[in-house]
Amino acid sequence: MMPREVADVVAAAKDGDREAFDELVRLTYADTYTLAHRLTGNEEDARDVVQEAYLRAYRGLRRFRGDAQFSTWMYRITANCAATHLGRRSRHRHDELDESVPVVDPHPDHDPQLRADADDLRSRLKVALDALPPRLRAVVVLRDVYDLPHEAIAAELGISESAAKVRLHRARNKLRDQLFGRREGESRAG
Amino acid sequence: MQCADLTDTLAGAADGVTELGRAERRHVERCLRCQAEIVQYRKLLRAMRSLRTDVLEPAPGLLADILANLEEAGERHAVRSILSGRRIAYLGGLAAATAAGAAGAIVFASRTRRARLAG
Repeated sequence: MMPREVADVVAAAKDGDREAFDELVRLTYADTYTLAHRLTGNEEDARDVVQEAYLRAYRGLRRFRGDAQFSTWMYRITANCAATHLGRRSRHRHDELDESVPVVDPHPDHDPQLRADADDLRSRLKVALDALPPRLRAVVVLRDVYDLPHEAIAAELGISESAAKVRLHRARNKLRDQLFGRREGESRAG
Repeated sequence: MQCADLTDTLAGAADGVTELGRAERRHVERCLRCQAEIVQYRKLLRAMRSLRTDVLEPAPGLLADILANLEEAGERHAVRSILSGRRIAYLGGLAAATAAGAAGAIVFASRTRRARLAG
């Protein structure tokens, strides 16, 4: 569905049309679930976060001004719910990425070698992301995958903008080390 | 200028949000280690962005659960609205009854007073 059509459905939902809101859920829930899964690292928590996110969106839809895309608004709510959900947990889980979760890629690369390389890097990246501490993973996913500004990330995660930037820097460093390895003896003192 | 001075800068440079200064640029142009690091960050960022188009397939039943939750929340909201509507009607009735009682008492008191004056 094109953004314009989503905008129409959002407008109807804001006017109190319950069926329109259900339609919005149908249009966006897979995307929202994907973000929730990336932030929490597991299916069970992702399901809880998605359900909470749509409840909050339903209650707060009148406050959605429409100057951002609905999907961006949902990302922010999802990030906030995930932060709250993970904050409630006393334990941090670092489960292996569930490889049984099917991935749909609408833009497959046609060059077999390039595609194989890109697929390999992406697979290793997913494992590396999953191994990051949740507070680092949240920032780097929201910034580098979903392109949210630092200000929005800080607001939704309940941290300062400078803390968000520091976490982003640490997360990128860890991912780079994990994916490409730090050369032996490399200490950046050169 | 040393590699360590650029630790916080290279990822931003690869991202395009940080512009390297003249001295930093001069160092990177001569430093294979920093160039390799920028290349690695660029690959990392490209791979991260490519994840945006990956959509995980939610487990069956999630959509139904979300919609059922919303339905329940909608019902609870409707019940609260009805109850608050009834509460308002009840309070309104109570206020009207109180006002009528007070008006009756005033009328009764003024009549009694008038009768006493006449007597």
